[in-house]
Amino acid sequence: MIRTSLTAANETAFWLPIWTLTWRELLRFFRQRSRVVGALGQPLIFWVLFGAGLRGSFQAPEWAPSGMSYQEYFFPGVTVMIVLFTAIFSTISIIEDRREGFLQGVLVAPVSRLALVLGKLSGGTLLALIQAALFLLIGPLLHFVGLGPSLDWHLSLVDWLAMVGFLGLVAFALTALGYSMAWSLDSTQGFHALMSVFLMPMWLLSGSFFPVPESGWLSWVMRLNPLTYGVAGLRRLMSPILAEVSASSSLPSLSTCFAATCGFCVLTVTLACWLTHRRSVINVR
Amino acid sequence: MIAIRVDDLSHAYGERLALNRVTFEIRRGEIFGLLGPNGGGKTTLFRVLSTLLPVQSGHVSVLDRDVATNSAAIRQRIGVTFQAPSLDRRLTVRENLVHQGHLYGLRGRELAARIDDRLARLGLTDRMHASVNSLSGGLQRRAEIAKGMLHDPELLLLDEPSTGLDPGARHDLWRYLQQLRSESGVTIVVTTHLMDEAEKCDRLGLLDRGQLVALGTPAELRAEIGGDCLTISAEEPAELSQRITERFGIEPKLLGQTLRIERVRGHELLRELVEAFPEEITSVSLGKPSLEDVFIAKTGHRFWEEEGMKN
Repeated sequence: MIRTSLTAANETAFWLPIWTLTWRELLRFFRQRSRVVGALGQPLIFWVLFGAGLRGSFQAPEWAPSGMSYQEYFFPGVTVMIVLFTAIFSTISIIEDRREGFLQGVLVAPVSRLALVLGKLSGGTLLALIQAALFLLIGPLLHFVGLGPSLDWHLSLVDWLAMVGFLGLVAFALTALGYSMAWSLDSTQGFHALMSVFLMPMWLLSGSFFPVPESGWLSWVMRLNPLTYGVAGLRRLMSPILAEVSASSSLPSLSTCFAATCGFCVLTVTLACWLTHRRSVINVR
Repeated sequence: MIAIRVDDLSHAYGERLALNRVTFEIRRGEIFGLLGPNGGGKTTLFRVLSTLLPVQSGHVSVLDRDVATNSAAIRQRIGVTFQAPSLDRRLTVRENLVHQGHLYGLRGRELAARIDDRLARLGLTDRMHASVNSLSGGLQRRAEIAKGMLHDPELLLLDEPSTGLDPGARHDLWRYLQQLRSESGVTIVVTTHLMDEAEKCDRLGLLDRGQLVALGTPAELRAEIGGDCLTISAEEPAELSQRITERFGIEPKLLGQTLRIERVRGHELLRELVEAFPEEITSVSLGKPSLEDVFIAKTGHRFWEEEGMKN
């Protein structure tokens, strides 16, 4: 009897901090309206502007259904961009937390380091999903004002759940990546620098912006980019028509995408946990 | 009963030795002050005690647990208030306390009751829905302490708690700490570089350049110097010092533009000095030794000297 109540207490002690850190992340985000607008507005503008500008020069890959416009091709890529931006910016808050002192307070609390990591990551992931969901709602509506293509959503509830689940996995992996970067940096400027030389190219070379070429060095870089599989997986889940299309370098099979994204996720989460477990001077001031 | 036992603790940041073989004990239920100039090592010691920094060499136990191996158990029982506020400035006071409670495994009615109690005790009840950003420094510090006290810690660690507080708020803070110690028996450890704050502690440890140079109650420390303290200002202090030595067989300490002499029956020496060197002495004062005098006696330099050199 005592044993069970102890276990229950331990479980509370594990989940309660995760929950509270996640909740705080959401609360902070929605209190800073500029962040909400920034993380959603920029990708939306990109989608419309690049969609209009590159319409003429876009060569649809051979697997694409006939008549696919660039904006349609770009749609899953923009969704991933939103996830990337939101996930990344929510992890910048680690640097702010450290500077403002909040992090120290958490570090001296009887909270396992794993709970700290999971709280932060689930906060970032949820935010990313909320923002992506907003885009999935607003994006198709732009058709009615002449700024977007008509997107035919023939998705069943199961398809929707699979898509959101997969997007959640991508968001979790990207948040963990951002977390690991932020944990090792002591300034937000440093983070922005890493963002432009590492994260933006990673997104550009993920098949979001243009299809993976059949051969050449660029093809290899893109095939080695874990985010390529996130974008391709999302592309397949968004258009059930593509289920018929066999795997190619620019559109790997769904199982490959899922496996690669899981692997990416395990890798970044492990990195985040490992970094957090070290007692380091950077966290005290 | 011992709350904290520090045994032969050293800590280095790279090449720089911040703590050098420090050994002392803090008793349960006392207010213990770590006094020293900035850079003296007190913040490093504070971080080790609060489980933020690893124990590099030596041994530290807090509430009978080893800091090196059992930090999780210690964290549940200590409250820590940092010099930099650890409040989330975008949340309200109450929201901060709710999160803090959750981090310590408190929730529901139990948590709400505790929050109400701490807010009332620290006079924050009417500001509980205000965003931390909108509070004055004094109120923020109080919210910080409410946060540190939420889980009823047996030991409260405060790093420079008076930073940014006006004299009134500082007075309130100390009254609260003393009340906490006497009513709840909480052990309180405070780091400070302020002499008047150090006077309010039950016992003090003086840290200078990483070493513990003195330990005792403020009265004991002053008694170690013995007698009175004469502070003499002069145009040519070095020359005067030499002449005092020649005439009275005393070696004054030369500190900048002033000379300092510790002496039993200082008033007699004062009269003789003024009679002997009426021209050379510009002013002279006689007083009971202060903690600053203790510091000078123990280290041979002024409390602020090091910092002045650094700036």
